[in-house]
Amino acid sequence: MEEVQLMKGNEAVAHAAIRCGSDGYFGYPITPQSEIMETLMAERPWETTGMVVLQAESEVASIYMVFGGAATGKKVLTTSSSPGVSLMQEGISFACGADLPCLLVNVMRGGPGLGTIQPSQSDYFQSVKGGGHGDYKLITLAPASVQEMADFVELGFQLSFKYRIPCMMLSDGVIGQMMEKVVLPPFKPRRTQEELLEQCPWAATGKTEDRERIVITSLDLDPYRMEKKNEERQSRYRLVEATEVRYEEFMCTDADYLIVAFGSAARICQNAVESLRAEGIKVGLLRPITLWPFPGKILAKYAEKVRFMLTVELNAGQMVEDVRLSVNGKVPVYHYGRMGGIVPTPEEVSTAFNKYL
Amino acid sequence: MSNPIIDPKNLVYEKSKVLSDNTMHYCPGCSHGTAHRIIAEVIEEMDRQKETVGVAPVGCAVFIYNYLNVDFAEAAHGRAPALATAIKRLNPEKLVFTYQGDGDLAAIGTAETIHACNRGENIAIIFINNGIYGMTGGQMAPTTLEGMVSSTCPNGRDVAIHGHPLKITEMLALLEGTCYVTRQSVHTAASVRKTKRAVRKAFENSLQGKGTSIVEIVSTCNSGWKMTPHQANLWMEENMFPYYPLGDLKDK
Ligand SMILES: Cc1ncc(C[n+]2csc(CCOP(=O)(O)OP(=O)(O)O)c2C)c(N)n1
Repeated sequence: MEEVQLMKGNEAVAHAAIRCGSDGYFGYPITPQSEIMETLMAERPWETTGMVVLQAESEVASIYMVFGGAATGKKVLTTSSSPGVSLMQEGISFACGADLPCLLVNVMRGGPGLGTIQPSQSDYFQSVKGGGHGDYKLITLAPASVQEMADFVELGFQLSFKYRIPCMMLSDGVIGQMMEKVVLPPFKPRRTQEELLEQCPWAATGKTEDRERIVITSLDLDPYRMEKKNEERQSRYRLVEATEVRYEEFMCTDADYLIVAFGSAARICQNAVESLRAEGIKVGLLRPITLWPFPGKILAKYAEKVRFMLTVELNAGQMVEDVRLSVNGKVPVYHYGRMGGIVPTPEEVSTAFNKYL
Repeated sequence: MSNPIIDPKNLVYEKSKVLSDNTMHYCPGCSHGTAHRIIAEVIEEMDRQKETVGVAPVGCAVFIYNYLNVDFAEAAHGRAPALATAIKRLNPEKLVFTYQGDGDLAAIGTAETIHACNRGENIAIIFINNGIYGMTGGQMAPTTLEGMVSSTCPNGRDVAIHGHPLKITEMLALLEGTCYVTRQSVHTAASVRKTKRAVRKAFENSLQGKGTSIVEIVSTCNSGWKMTPHQANLWMEENMFPYYPLGDLKDK
């Protein structure tokens, strides 16, 4: 029997990282996610699996430690919250430019600026539209439970290594801080160097006689080669969009109306949908799990059937833009959001929904 | 590479096989090329080509990976010590070094430099101090001397405005994590030999896990300084060496 445990989303990330055979964690404390590094430090995985855990001097250093580790093919992650993730944007762009796999976790808090330590979803744009410079994408996974925070660690690594695109787990202060039942993933040993060499022939592991030197870089001053590199990357993005879209539907089959929400907002909306259904209103909930690639096709399909869509987000209206792009004017798309760390109640969501009926 | 013109018995010196055949992009007279050659020779003599991962800077030496025939990761401006930290910790058997200019190491990357040294990361840092930003066209560096002209201090560095030239190597020598801190140059045959010994020691320290080693190489940037290579060497001796005196600052 799998062991059911009670823990915070943040703690689940730490345990999952050890269990899935991560090679290294680099981070800098920031609320509301500091439990991740605290848990790792308490667990001392360097004595068991050999995983390196290091508190860096800043998020700038953390992301470049991740870059360095990933450059040698290692399975490395960093975690932070909004201001820290802003500081990492240069490094994230560099990692994308060098096609390095790695896992990033943002346990979002309200902004802009120092903002608040309360939960928010206002880094949606930053995560899915490219917060740093250049044409790049992050595979963005939005967990809505402690279980998903645990599960998306390995999933994030898998997707990231498969496509050589950094993966962002975009969580928030609600999911990170709340305690819930979770079944942690089974222990998996760290890859041996032989396995790494086989799986990551692109990594800088030391130049042997049988191959040319390997250089991990995002730089190329020849515009034609640089364009080719970008085109190749874009073609991987198209492949991800075609194959890796993930979402969850709740009471959607007969829906006349659709609520679209991710992460903690989706949990609240699920309650709202249940009470609206009890009143006889046929409303469904579509929860994007991958924010990029965005489940636009399924939304376009629902646009043929429903009368309107409502996005509920803990922000001023960010994902709503992608929903509108997806339905392309077919149905009205409204937004309801709270900011500043306020988490709406299901009743507030129902009231907001009823306004458009 | 055998040279058909030279009779093997007359051969006294050969290009290191850790140096690639690519033509270097450095200006004639620049110190980077000599510093690269020294590193290549040390890696070859230590027989560590297979175990080496270098970290390239942003600066004139950004393309060091085109010249040294070892695996490289290219850092963002200033972040080389952070990359090297993780590379070495995750691959403890590797020889890991960074190669950084003064802007890279002592301005934008100061935090990463100090903290990597303070943690005593088992890496070697080769620090090229040419007192100027070479790559971007000769702007003021943290190490630009008082009164020295650059494109962003065209009337000479005024310490009242810009502060004093930063002796970062002295600062790093104070940190418990550093085991070997030295300042050398590559402008004479004798200084090249000394620098080579210093680089070798730094690399050996890293492999032996003694802590962080720093080899500062006081260098010329004759293009940035607007001098002939020969003038630049003389100017360096007269002006740079008194402020940045050569020799070991720490060897423990
Ligand atoms: C974040 C960032 N800021 C600025 C630059 C522009 N830049 C490139 S090289 C450089 C200065 C390099 O000078 P130094 O480190 O002294 O090396 P040198 O070129 O003299 O060898 C600057 C400012 C950059 N590439 N990245």
